[in-house]
Amino acid sequence: MSSPTVSLPSEDPQSVIALRDVTRVYGKGDALVRALDGVTLDVAQGEFVAIMGPSGSGKSTALNVMGCLDRPSSGQYLFKGVDVANLTRDQRALLRRHYLGFVFQGYNLLPRTTALQNVELPMIYQGRPRAEREARAIAALEKVGLGHRARHDPSQMSGGEQQRVAIARALAGGPSLVLADEPTGNLDTKRSTEIVELLQQLNREDGLTIVMVTHEDDMAEYADRLIWMVDGRVDSVRKTRGGKR
Amino acid sequence: MFWETVKLAVQAILRNPMRSFLTVLGVVIGVAAVITMVTLGRGSTAQVTTDVEKLGANLLMLTPGQARFGPSATTDTARPFDEKVVKTIIDQLSSVETAAPTGSSTMVAVYGNTNYRTRVTGTTNNYLQATDWDMAQGRSFTNLEEEAGKQVCILGETLREELFGNADPVGENIRLGTLSCNVIGVLSAKGASSFGTDQDDIVIVPFRTFARRIAGSSDIQLIYISVRDGFSTDRATDDLTALLREIRRIGAGEDDDFTIRDMEQMATMLTGVTDVLTGLLSAVAAVSLLVGGIGIMNIMLVSVTERTREIGIRMAVGAQARQVLLQFMVEAVVLSGLGGLIGVVLGLSFGAIGSNMLNVPFVVDPQIVLIAFAFSVLVGVIFGYFPARRAAQLDPIQALRH
Ligand SMILES: Nc1ncnc2c1ncn2[C@@H]1O[C@H](COP(=O)(O)OP(=O)(O)OP(=O)(O)O)[C@@H](O)[C@H]1O
Ligand SMILES: [Mg+2]
Repeated sequence: MSSPTVSLPSEDPQSVIALRDVTRVYGKGDALVRALDGVTLDVAQGEFVAIMGPSGSGKSTALNVMGCLDRPSSGQYLFKGVDVANLTRDQRALLRRHYLGFVFQGYNLLPRTTALQNVELPMIYQGRPRAEREARAIAALEKVGLGHRARHDPSQMSGGEQQRVAIARALAGGPSLVLADEPTGNLDTKRSTEIVELLQQLNREDGLTIVMVTHEDDMAEYADRLIWMVDGRVDSVRKTRGGKR
Repeated sequence: MFWETVKLAVQAILRNPMRSFLTVLGVVIGVAAVITMVTLGRGSTAQVTTDVEKLGANLLMLTPGQARFGPSATTDTARPFDEKVVKTIIDQLSSVETAAPTGSSTMVAVYGNTNYRTRVTGTTNNYLQATDWDMAQGRSFTNLEEEAGKQVCILGETLREELFGNADPVGENIRLGTLSCNVIGVLSAKGASSFGTDQDDIVIVPFRTFARRIAGSSDIQLIYISVRDGFSTDRATDDLTALLREIRRIGAGEDDDFTIRDMEQMATMLTGVTDVLTGLLSAVAAVSLLVGGIGIMNIMLVSVTERTREIGIRMAVGAQARQVLLQFMVEAVVLSGLGGLIGVVLGLSFGAIGSNMLNVPFVVDPQIVLIAFAFSVLVGVIFGYFPARRAAQLDPIQALRH
C-alpha cells in the first residue's frame, strides 16, 4: 500500500498543538451547549500535558478537536503549524494515521475482534506488513501487561483490560502525539501508576508528545504541565512539581 | 491495500455469522426460485415443441370453413369435405404423400361387464401412416374393411389396459354404443400429449364404419395430410389451396372456405401457451427475488447502522472514507455473490429434479441465470454501499456516538 503523508512545514514549529480561540457548540437555541468556549492553548513538541476539570467542562471535546476527530465551530486549530481547517477529510485521516494515537474514554474497540487484531488495526491502514504488525502489537500488549490475552475478544475482558488494549492500540503504530482520554479511569492504583509511568517513559525516552485527560491528581503529577478546564474554558495552567520521577 | 480490504471484509463476514447467513438466505431463495421456475418453464416449452415434431412436422390439417379468431369463428356455413376430395388430393398432388379423413366422438366402450369412456376415431390406415403410429399387436385395416365399413377396431394402449388387463384382446368383440366390433389390433403406446391428454385413450374404426354407424353422415370435418419427403409444407399448402379452390369452384377474389394448418403453426400456438405460463411463473419468482432483495436491503441497512461505530473506529485510527467503503462494498459483493451462487446451484438442482418429475427436458436459460445473479449482487452492493457511504461522510466522532 502507498502510505501518503501530509506534508508539514519542515522547520519544527514550537507547538505541536496550537488552539486559537476555539469554540465547539452543540445544538441551537435553548438547547445550545458551549462545550468549548474560546480555548487558546499550546502544547510544545515533546511535552507531557495533563488536562483536568469537572465533568462536562469540555475535556473530551477539546481532545477530540486536537485528534482531528471533530472540528471546531469557530477558531483555529494548528497542528504542527498547519491549519487543520484547510485539510481535506482524507488528509485529516492521514494525519490521524501517521501522527496520532488516541485513547478513547469509552475505549472504542471493535467487537468480535481479538485484542491483537484491535491493536493491529491502525497499522493495517499504515500499510505495515503483517509480520511487523503482529510483532509490534504483541510488544505493545506486553507493555500494558496483556501479552497473555492477545487472542481474547474485548467481550471476554474487564473494563480495565479493555482500557489497556485501547492504550496499546494508540501506542503500537508509533505516533508522535498521543491523546489519552482518562486512560487510567478504570484501573486500580497499581495499574494506573504502571500505565502513567509507561507514558512518562515514552515521553522522556522517545520524545512522544502526550496530552492526557485525568480526574486523578496523582496521575496529573506525572505531567510537565497541568491545564485546568471549567465550563469549556481554560481556567488555569500551572507547572506541576516537575513530574514524579 | 486491496487484498487487505478483502481480508478485512471476509473477517467482518465471519465475525457475524448469523447476520451473514440471513443476508445470504434472502438472495439464495430469490435466485433459486427464479431459476427453478424459468428452467421448468423452458423445459415445458421444449417438450411441447418436440411433441409436435413427433406428431409429424410434415403434417397438415385441413378443415372446412375459414379460420377466424374470436367468438364469431364459425364453420357451419362451410361445405364439409367428402371422401372423393381425399382421393383426389392423394391422386393429383405430387407434394402429398397421403391423406386421411377423420371424425371422432366420445363414447363408452363395453367389453363383458367392463365400461370405459373413450374417444372413438373413424379414419383410415393412412392416418396411422401420416402420424407414424405403429401397431403393437395384431394388424391394421384391410382395404376391404375400409371400403365396406366393416365392424372392426384397433385399440389404443390405455383402452386395451382398461378393458382387457392381461387378457389378449385380438379377436374379441367390444361394443361402442350400438356398434359391436371385432378387435383386430392394438396400437403402440404414445403417452401424454403436450396438452396433457392421453393419446392412447382411443379406439380407431374404419372411417366408413364411423360415418354410417356413429356419426350418421359421411361429411368430413378434418383431413390429415402428410407432405411427401422433399416437398416443403408451404409448397403442399399452395398445391392444396389451388386444388381445393378449383374443386369447390371458388372464384378469383373470393375467400377460401377451408383452412389448412401446419404443425409449425400448431407448435407456435402451443408454445405460446406455455410461454405465457412460463411468464406468469417467472413473474411470481421475480417477486420472490424482489422480496429477497428487500431482505438483503434490510439486513444491510441494519448492519450499517450497527456498524456506524465500527466505521467511526476505523476512521479514527486513520482509515480514509473510500477504504471503509471499499471494505463494505467487498463485503456486500462477497455475501450477495455467494448467496447468488448458492441460489444458482440450488435453482438449477430444483430445476433438474422438477423437470425429471414433470418429464420435461432440463433446459438451462443462461440469460436468466445471469440476470438473477447480477440482480442479487447489485442489490447487495447498492444497499451495502449507500448507507455505508452516509456513515463514512460523518466526522469520526459523530460516527462513534452511534
Ligand atoms: N454530541 C453532543 N451533543 C450535545 N452536547 C454534547 C455532545 N457532546 C458533549 N456535549 C456536551 O458538551 C459538554 C462537554 O462535554 P465533554 O464530553 O467534553 O466533557 P468532559 O469534560 O469530557 O466530561 P467528563 O469528565 O464527564 O468526560 C457537556 O456539557 C456535554 O453535555
Ligand atoms: Mg470526557
